[in-house]
This record gives sequence, C-alpha cells and structure tokens, in this order.
Amino acid sequence: MSKPVVLKVNSATKRFGGLLAVNNLDFEVTEHEVLGLIGPNGSGKTTVMNLISGALKLSSGEIRLEEKIVSDLPAYKISQLGISRTFQLVKILPTLSVIDNVISGGVFGYHRMWGENAEETALHLLKKVGLAALAFKPTEQLTYIDQKRLELARALAGNPKLLLLDEWLAGLNPTELQIGIELIHSLRAEGRTIILVEHVMDAIRSLCDRCVVMSSGVKIADGEVAETLKNPEVIRAYLGDSDA
Amino acid sequence: MIKITKDEIRILLYMVVAVAILACLPLLDQGYILSLGLTIVMYVALCTAWVLFSGPTHYISLATAAFFGLGTYVVGIGIDVLPFPILLIIAALIGGVVSGLVGIATLRLSGVYFVIFTLGMAELIRQIVTWIQTNFTTGIGLYVLTDFSEAHIYWMLLALTVLIFITGWLINRSRLGFAMRIIGNDETVAAHVGIDSAKAKVLLFLISGAYIAVIGAILAPRFAYIEPPSAFNPMISFLVVIMSLMGGTRTLWAPLIGVVPFTLLFDMVSARFPNHSSILLGIAFLLIVYLIPDGLIGRIEGITKRFSKKKERTHE
Repeated sequence: MSKPVVLKVNSATKRFGGLLAVNNLDFEVTEHEVLGLIGPNGSGKTTVMNLISGALKLSSGEIRLEEKIVSDLPAYKISQLGISRTFQLVKILPTLSVIDNVISGGVFGYHRMWGENAEETALHLLKKVGLAALAFKPTEQLTYIDQKRLELARALAGNPKLLLLDEWLAGLNPTELQIGIELIHSLRAEGRTIILVEHVMDAIRSLCDRCVVMSSGVKIADGEVAETLKNPEVIRAYLGDSDA
Repeated sequence: MIKITKDEIRILLYMVVAVAILACLPLLDQGYILSLGLTIVMYVALCTAWVLFSGPTHYISLATAAFFGLGTYVVGIGIDVLPFPILLIIAALIGGVVSGLVGIATLRLSGVYFVIFTLGMAELIRQIVTWIQTNFTTGIGLYVLTDFSEAHIYWMLLALTVLIFITGWLINRSRLGFAMRIIGNDETVAAHVGIDSAKAKVLLFLISGAYIAVIGAILAPRFAYIEPPSAFNPMISFLVVIMSLMGGTRTLWAPLIGVVPFTLLFDMVSARFPNHSSILLGIAFLLIVYLIPDGLIGRIEGITKRFSKKKERTHE
C-alpha cells in the first residue's frame, strides 16, 4: 500500500473478566481514509474505540499511531499525540459556554492554541458544524443534535491526525441525519482520517472507503464497503442463518 | 491572553479601596480589635489558599495544619541565622515541596481516602518534629523573638492575602484554571482532550501548600514560643474547612463571607464557654453541612435567582 498508515491495530485483545470483548483484532487505517467499523450490537465496536482512545487498556496486543505504540499510554497522552473522539453517550461540559466547550478540545491536545487564536478557531469550527449563532450561550439550551455537533467541533479543535466518531449519527431524526451525513462528508472532503462506528447503513455506504465488520469481538470481514456488505458471513452476523 | 473585562477592573478598584481601609486598622487600635482583625486576616488568607485547591477539585484537605506548622518551624529554627524575608521564601519552598510530594502520592486516590491521608499526614509530621526535638535538641519548644509588632504581622498577612487573591485570579485565567473547570465538569472528557488531571491537581495543591506555609511563617513571631501542639494544631485544619464551607467554595472570595462572622462568633463563644468550644465547633460543622451545603454564597445566589424569576413572572 502506498498511502502512509495512520493507525495499526495488532492482535488487540480485551477481556472483561471471563468475557472476551475483543478477540485478536487486526486492522489498519491509512491517511485520508474513512473507515467504518460496524457489527451487530455487543460485537465490541465501542470497546475498540475505547481501546484506541485510551479509555480502556488492552489485555494483549498493541495499537500504533504512525509507528509509535500508543496502547500503553494514558488517554490524555494519546489525545496529545493526535487522536480525538466523540462519545457514544454525548459528553458535553455543562457549566462551560458553547464556545468554551469547543476551545477545551484545542488547548491541551495535539495542536494547541490559547487566547484570541483559540477563540477564532473555535468560532470557525462552530460555523462549520452550524452552531455559530449559539457560540456564547450556555450549553443547557442545546438540543440533542446540537450537543452532538458541539462534541464534533470539540474533537476537531485539536486538529487531530485521527478522528474517532462513536455512533455520532445515532438518535438523530431523518432530517438531522441528512445534515449529519453532509457534515461528515465535508470532513472527508478535507482529507481527514476517520474511524466511524455506526449502525446507519446509508451513512456507511455513502461515507466510508472501507469497512471492518465485527461479530462477537472477532473481525469477520474487511474491505471495500459494497462488497463487504454482500459477504455471506456479514449477512449471517446481522440477520442470522437463513433458516432462522 | 484573554482581555481584562470592565467588571474585573471594577472589582480590582473595590479591592484596592478595601485593602487600603483595612490597612488603617492598626492606626485606630493596637489592642483587642487589632488582635481580632489579625485572626480574621489569618483565616481569610488560610481559607483562600485552601479554596485555591479544594474549590475546583472538591477534595477536602485536612493538611492545612501540616503546612502551617512547617512554615512556623522554618522561622523558629532560622530566625537567629537568616533574615525574615528569606525565611518566608524557604517556608514557601518547603511547603511547596511537601505538598507537591503529598499530592503525587495521594491525588490519584478518591476523595475520602485523600481526606484521611491528609489528616494522618499532618499528625505524622507533628510527631516527627516532636521526636526530632526530644531526641536531638535540648527542648521541645523554640523561641521566636523579633521586633515585629502585631501591626507588622497584620500588614504582612494583608499583603499576602492580596497576593493569594491575585494568584487565584491569574490561575483562573490560565490554562491551569481552564483545565480545572473541565476536570470539574467531566474527568473523562478532560483526559480525552489531553489534560493530565493528576498533574493539574498536584500543581494546585503545591501552590496552596506553599502559601499556607508562608502564612504559618508570618505568624511565628506572634506565637513567640512555638511547639508542635500549637504549630501543628489540627484545630486550624478543621476551622479552615468549616469557615470555607460556610462561605462557599465555588469562588475565591466566598470564604470571606464565612470567615468574618465565624471568627467573631467563635471568639465570643470561646470567651464565654472556654471549655466547650470543641463541642460548639462540632455542632457548627453539622449545621453548616446540613443547612447550607452550598455555603452562604450559594444561599445568596439562590435568593437572588428566585427574586429575579419572580420579577420575570410579574413582567409576564
């Protein structure tokens, strides 16, 4: 492969007591690639996201960000090295204003800024996600999709090498979903490297270059999206056996 | 840097005026009132330094007496050898180093363990000092004889209090203050935006500990004779917590509102019932925690909020 590899997951394994949540997982993400990480509920997708961002520690295996092993680092260091994320259950900072929420993503992370520079960048990002009008409002007033937009802006504030979106489109109504998909499209057009955990198949089809399919903690398919989704094993994982 | 707002300039002016007025106290009275004023300024300084750390982190530190005592002892040991200002700097350094080490050892612990650890540590340091004095020196106490009058000590403490306030204000505007606000909101988010929360907490604890040590150092000449039970008096730790909680811990100046009435009340009570002050202190603690968990500031804010809501409703 000619494109540089941004993230490489090598036989990653995570055990929670007796439960094997992620089993010997291998995959990689190259620069400017949008990778979809999909699979039925409980297949270990979010666990993988947590392992990459450092929220959880691997039981064995390793994860490398551009050659550097990051799987033994604490979350804050991984963030400083250039991996940003959003959370499956939205986590905004309720006592901070909307703009401060965004700035928080860019002060201590990969690309750092402070003062007026930070404010400008944050305003620019808020405009991008469609929240410019609410910049100086308290976060209490935000609707669910606006909270998700805010989280995305925060994740982008550090200008990360790799962006992890954990079910960022979940829970949106059809109109909002359209807006959301367009937003991620624009990130893709910017050339960002993204891993997307998602249940919305339309989004996977239109956004991803490639997808990795997991089932019960194991990778069952990895490849170009349309092809992978036709894979009999993937269909079986989602729909069960034909006689079921 | 973030611009200074008009509000901040106004507060600064108020502060200058207030400090100027307070600085005149020794000119009016050199007796009981000055002595009471000195005690109040001491607790304002201690509580503000305490809130510097405990406010944003919500960790209750009972190590105040330990840092205070260390500062006092630095002056006790060095007063005949080194000039006073240098002793203050040494006190700050020792207070900072010890609180930094304690922070590294304990701030990964959750709240309850931290409280117990700090209480135990204050006691440990006191016992070590006692042990060293009984085994290696001739007496238990140290004499601190200086030319300082109560007025001098009062002025020094007042200046230090101003310095603590300025430090708090600067921290609030800094990345450290911003990091603390994020940590206070959500520690998981803090980690994922790149904040080393342990380091931020240790840094704050260190600053707080250094200031408390300097307060102890400044007060050493007032004691004239220092020994471990008075320098490392755990009562100081408890009083600081009670007064701070009574005022409120969310802003730097909130403890002020707790310290002044509490010191006056406590002074009256302990003059009348000298043998029951501990009991009364305990009752005060319970009442504050049960009745005003957000401090007087929280109460005042609550009332003003309700008031403005009522206004809104009548407008509708």
